[in-house]
Amino acid sequence: MLELRKDLFADERDDDLKEIGKGTQRQDMLGHVTGTSTYFNDHLLQGLLHLKVLRSPHAHARIRRVDTGEAERAPGVRRIIRGADVPRNLNTLLSLINFGKDDEPTLAVDKVRYKGEPIVAVVADSPREASEALAKVRVDYEPLSAVFDVEEALKPGAPVVNETYPKNTFTYHDIYDHQKLRFGDVERAFAGADHVLEQRYQMSPIEHAPTETNGAIAAPDTNGRYVVYTSTQALFFSLDTCAKILDVPSNTFHFIGGTVGGGFGGKVDTLTEPLAILGAMLTGRPVRYIFGREEEMQFGPPRGAERIYLKDGVMRDGRIVARQVRAYFDSGAYTRLSSYAVVKCVAHLPGPYTVPNVHGDVYCVFTNRTPATAMRGFGVTAMDFAIECQMDKLAHLVGMDPMEFRILNAYRDGDMKAHRREAKNTALIECVQVAAEKAKWPLREDYKRMSSRRDGGGDRAAVPPTARDGSVSSRLATQQRTPYDRAPQPAAGPEPPRPAPPPVTPPPAPQPAAHGAMRFSSVFGSRRR
Amino acid sequence: MAKTALQFRHNSRDVAVFVDGGANLLTTLRELVGDMTPKFGCGQGGCGACTVLIDGDAHLACLTLAETVAGRAVETLDGLKDGPNLHPLQRAFMEHFAAQCGYCTPGMLMAAKALLDRNPSPTRDEVVNAIAGNICRCTGYEPIIDAVLAAASGGMRGLHGPEHVPSPHMSPRTF
Amino acid sequence: MPVTVKTFGTSGEAAAALSSERDARYLGGGTLVMRALNEGDVSVSTIVRATDRALAQLDATGSRITIGAGVTFARVLAERSLGFLHPVAGSIGGPAVRNMGTIGGNLFAPAPFGDFAVALLALDASVAVQGAYGARDMPIEEFLSGRSRQADGLVLSASFQRPLSDDAFRYRKIARVRPKGAAVVTLAVHVPSSGGRAVGVRIALGAMASTPVRAKAAERTLEGHTLDAASIAAAVAAAADGTAPVDDALASAWYRREVVGVHLRRLLTGQA
Repeated sequence: MLELRKDLFADERDDDLKEIGKGTQRQDMLGHVTGTSTYFNDHLLQGLLHLKVLRSPHAHARIRRVDTGEAERAPGVRRIIRGADVPRNLNTLLSLINFGKDDEPTLAVDKVRYKGEPIVAVVADSPREASEALAKVRVDYEPLSAVFDVEEALKPGAPVVNETYPKNTFTYHDIYDHQKLRFGDVERAFAGADHVLEQRYQMSPIEHAPTETNGAIAAPDTNGRYVVYTSTQALFFSLDTCAKILDVPSNTFHFIGGTVGGGFGGKVDTLTEPLAILGAMLTGRPVRYIFGREEEMQFGPPRGAERIYLKDGVMRDGRIVARQVRAYFDSGAYTRLSSYAVVKCVAHLPGPYTVPNVHGDVYCVFTNRTPATAMRGFGVTAMDFAIECQMDKLAHLVGMDPMEFRILNAYRDGDMKAHRREAKNTALIECVQVAAEKAKWPLREDYKRMSSRRDGGGDRAAVPPTARDGSVSSRLATQQRTPYDRAPQPAAGPEPPRPAPPPVTPPPAPQPAAHGAMRFSSVFGSRRR
Repeated sequence: MAKTALQFRHNSRDVAVFVDGGANLLTTLRELVGDMTPKFGCGQGGCGACTVLIDGDAHLACLTLAETVAGRAVETLDGLKDGPNLHPLQRAFMEHFAAQCGYCTPGMLMAAKALLDRNPSPTRDEVVNAIAGNICRCTGYEPIIDAVLAAASGGMRGLHGPEHVPSPHMSPRTF
Repeated sequence: MPVTVKTFGTSGEAAAALSSERDARYLGGGTLVMRALNEGDVSVSTIVRATDRALAQLDATGSRITIGAGVTFARVLAERSLGFLHPVAGSIGGPAVRNMGTIGGNLFAPAPFGDFAVALLALDASVAVQGAYGARDMPIEEFLSGRSRQADGLVLSASFQRPLSDDAFRYRKIARVRPKGAAVVTLAVHVPSSGGRAVGVRIALGAMASTPVRAKAAERTLEGHTLDAASIAAAVAAAADGTAPVDDALASAWYRREVVGVHLRRLLTGQA
């Protein structure tokens, strides 16, 4: 059962909460149990037409020719839509906040960059007639070599997936091919560490598989506007995206949504609305575009795959002195939201721990895979998985209890985080203590008494001198003095003594290098609260 | 396009529609009868969102050729409550937080009704098996199972709808 | 072209319609044909149905059991005398699928589906097929190996000898989702014994090829032997011989080959 531990933070704010901690009925529950909650597809519209798209069977191919002649003459067909019919065919989702270049067509024109990319849309009287017409579209492809691996995609001579980004990486601030985080001097810290551990982590894409598939119905309204019923999780974002793609003022649309049959991040990409609206514009009739289940599973965007290399320096007493992260986010063929996921990831490094030397390089990489999108904590979830696996391994390496190891390294109020913000309202120590208590996991008394409120700040609040890239000794990526997979050297006794908790002061800061702090950058710049 | 006349009983009301060749019962209920409670989730029999009862047995509306229900009784969530009064299953789902996005809920409720109509005091395992064909991606299954068990212990006996037709070949042990 | 539904009163008429029309598909429980229509498969243009009650007949009274093609899995589960097949029928879909899916349709279900057909293969069933020129009985193995050509006939029923003991027939379906999930691999074995030795051993595997297949090499290692550690070890070693599993979302072909022997051992030794 849910238990609120307000006691841990009693002085954080007045306890004047009116709702939290009490049972309250959801306002939509009655609609759900009576089946009267209205989803996008629960609208009967007179004269509804049905839109289906032809999808690429190739992961990477040039489109030589598209012949829709026979399809246009097929029974029940009202309209065939091609890329040239879309007013602004090229878009990128985050262009609405001026982030990234338009790199993805609504309908592919000269090239397809992933298996399942839409090429031609058919609007017909019935789903069956739309399917029959699609079977009559002829496309002449010239298959191109494809790349499916993030590191392969960065090698010289790799196929160029998306010509908007010829290096196969998203471009930050018009020049950078990745996001960097620099804090202190990891090389110097590795040199002084008792153990250095480097590991590789690989995450797979994950499909959201919402029970309701992605879809939209667009209908001409009585006033020249269009009503759009949609499954989107991002109603106004989707509305503005459609206004841009269709090159009309956003008040052309009346979007109706909000009741979504499961989303989890898989319904923010505005995949169906632009074509449904365009179909309605071109035919003057209501048009529905809904994914079938196979479309949803095969071509609906997943959580992106990530490859992560972590290299940590740790002292015998359990203090982590350096963390170096190199990660590659697989964006698939187009940007969608992976560029932002990378920014979130870098902002999260090195996890909720106070590490005096941190070095991060995170890339958003294009491959010929299905474009990735948002999913529950994307950018952070996979990195946390890697970091916490690494924490267990490091604890094992130094012979410490994994929970105590986390308490020892947890950030505390007043500590300086790697992106140069002071840690406030930290609570990891208390969370670990409560988790240990619930799990009946034994913690030593001194670890039970530790607190996020004490012993932070001071030396731990310092921003260490940080060298600019190029002025430090070249890093040795392969250095690994303590391979994890090799059995640890046996200590003198049968059980190595657990180290006493060290003082919480960090190891001596590296000597000042030539330059001062490097600024952390994000999508929105370094904004102050 | 040739249409076929089709009559069946829909939640204790007779309906007559004309269906296209090959039309499934889900499309027929939603677009011709106007009952939006069964949902499309997969069209493959994988998710259970379109579960309805045909002559008292759980069926998937998306895989049912519409014309095969001619003369038969089709029950959907739309007919579950009695006027303004919620069915015990509906009340239990509300009380146990057994819905989040609500999209699987119509199918879950009908699968649960198929069970309780036949077996008013199911075990937890029997509930699990009864909703095994229904996928929920949000809430998780525990609150749903709790809700079905609560509805059962809350006096399901004697609440069978008027159109409930016991099927001779089904025994409670089946599920 | 819109879909045409043709409904016939007898299986003979339905079979004639199937053999005369190239794009006709027979609709049993709907779990295969309606699914194809829902996914926009335009190759299905004619649906043939038969309301013939003979197709739904079930004779399980004697030693020879005959199950009509239109019998559903729920019906098998409700039939007390078919207790040895309850684990098979109960492993397919959820209740709604079991209320709809039929034994006849299961013979056509592509891998990784078709669990009931795996059991029928282990039971050495014969399949009665009505063609344009009359009905004939066909060994199930022959039926399955030529399955793509069988669609222009109409399956009437499957029949097989009741196993002599409950223990002689064993079934195991490995799925990632319980209680409902498609097969990583399905195993059915029939090991009749005579004087302590196995005679007429059948080991059938599902999801190990495009249709259910027999593990003949493994069968040979058991034939005429007692089920002891040595013969079982030999069967386990040969379990994947002659199979051709594929990679799908549930498992890789490699994984299926690796684990099929493990599960065969558990099945033969009676482990859970």
